Amino acid sequence: MTSAAEAAEAAARRSYGKLVAILAARTGDVAGAEDALSEAFGAALADWPVRGVPATAEAWLLTVARRRIVDAVRRRQQDDDASRHFALLEELAEPADANALPDRRLELLFACAHPGIDRQAHAPLMLQTVLGFDAGTIASAFLVAPAAMGQRLVRAKAKIRQAGIGFRVPGPAELPPRLDSVLEAIYAAYAEGWTDGGGADPRRRNLAEEAIWLGRLVAALLPGEAEALGLLALMLHAHARRAARRDARGEYVPIAAQEVSRWDAAMIDEAEGLLHRANAFASPGRYQLEAALQSAHSVRRAGAPVPWAAIVGLYDALQALSPSPVTALNRAVASAEVQGPAAALAALDALGSDARLRDYQPYWAARAELLARAGHAAQARAAYERAIGLERDEAVRRFLQQRAALL
Amino acid sequence: MEYMLLIHSDPTGWASLTETQRAQGLAAYGAYTEALRKAEVLRGSNRLRPADASTTVRVREGKTEVLNGPFIETREQLGGYYLIDVTDLDAALGWAARCPGASHGSVEVRPVWAM
Repeated sequence: MTSAAEAAEAAARRSYGKLVAILAARTGDVAGAEDALSEAFGAALADWPVRGVPATAEAWLLTVARRRIVDAVRRRQQDDDASRHFALLEELAEPADANALPDRRLELLFACAHPGIDRQAHAPLMLQTVLGFDAGTIASAFLVAPAAMGQRLVRAKAKIRQAGIGFRVPGPAELPPRLDSVLEAIYAAYAEGWTDGGGADPRRRNLAEEAIWLGRLVAALLPGEAEALGLLALMLHAHARRAARRDARGEYVPIAAQEVSRWDAAMIDEAEGLLHRANAFASPGRYQLEAALQSAHSVRRAGAPVPWAAIVGLYDALQALSPSPVTALNRAVASAEVQGPAAALAALDALGSDARLRDYQPYWAARAELLARAGHAAQARAAYERAIGLERDEAVRRFLQQRAALL
Repeated sequence: MEYMLLIHSDPTGWASLTETQRAQGLAAYGAYTEALRKAEVLRGSNRLRPADASTTVRVREGKTEVLNGPFIETREQLGGYYLIDVTDLDAALGWAARCPGASHGSVEVRPVWAM
């Protein structure tokens, strides 16, 4: 690759979202901003090898992209209110000040996760507009058909433009629910990356890391929001254990059996620091509680036993804050460590009627494990069988088969 | 809506497995089939015999040709299928990802014309 092409690629990696945010903030047209920017990158690939890479690559790209938008707006001009467009043209024609490119990515994130947009489109839209992921990669990560994902993204961008969804960080009154949507979308992106346990799929491994990157961006831009810090802490805690989730032969290792020496100590320390900072705001939320749960497991680093009673308490707090069958399931599993498998099985029986858990692999795996510990081998075997049939990951499937064989 | 999950894989991969691994693989398919059944989405399923047991027929200009083997020459061969009935494509993709065949070969998800 030529150095000019490398420079263009580096600029794309570094500044894609930043430039889309700046371009779309004024027009509200995300798709138009992306088109203009992709044309600008095309122009860079033609121009830079001949005339050299400009000192301020981002400003160059921004200027070219703005010109494209101005052209596009001019073409549409007769259809719409002319005076509004003249004002827009003037503003877009302003030369880019390379030293003072505003960072409007946070505004872009809020627009992408606006409650007026289909919830399922939030995370994909952020990945595309802020990080430059293509629709095919996003579709594959979220297990959605590429055509459907493409449509979902097109519809969401049209909604931003047509409904006039503003590019702004909401004021104090609106911020909490809107921030929830942004954090939820980032977490959804992380969770999709995390499900690829082996880290074999580079696109997915990338997804988890990019979600952490978005989490860092939000935490840096909103340092006073405890939940933003909590989410980042949660993702870092989980990510710190990624190397320990498989052994040398690629076999699945459950958290209790993981070698703590394979956990990323620096990442855990950073997570603990963030959680500490978040706690100082005395406004507990879902992500802080989930990060605290991860933190409770990390005490094993110091050779301390896992504080199961505290974990059960954290799940109770989480369940009170945002009830979910998955939280109830996890609470029941943790309670087995305190009260024994019989009590936990009774709790699981109570959950069994929930349709949302019927085809949920962790429910059946947990049930199998508890039944085995309570001495009900035949029932445990049947539950393992169900879990195996529902699992996506081959290594986890093998692990469950081995557990069942031990009965 | 009905979807056909078509499992394509390279049979040499299966042949190179040890006896234990093969038993484990079959058990995984058994568990998967059972999970589909319990979820009440399974309409039908079959494992196909190896492609070298296949014979292909085609008629061109009135002449019948009978060919030994499958019509298409690829390393990956159709090894079996599941016919499932789920709400939409995303649900079908979710089940396809759980199919043991997706871990080695590939699972093609085809919507079925409604009759």
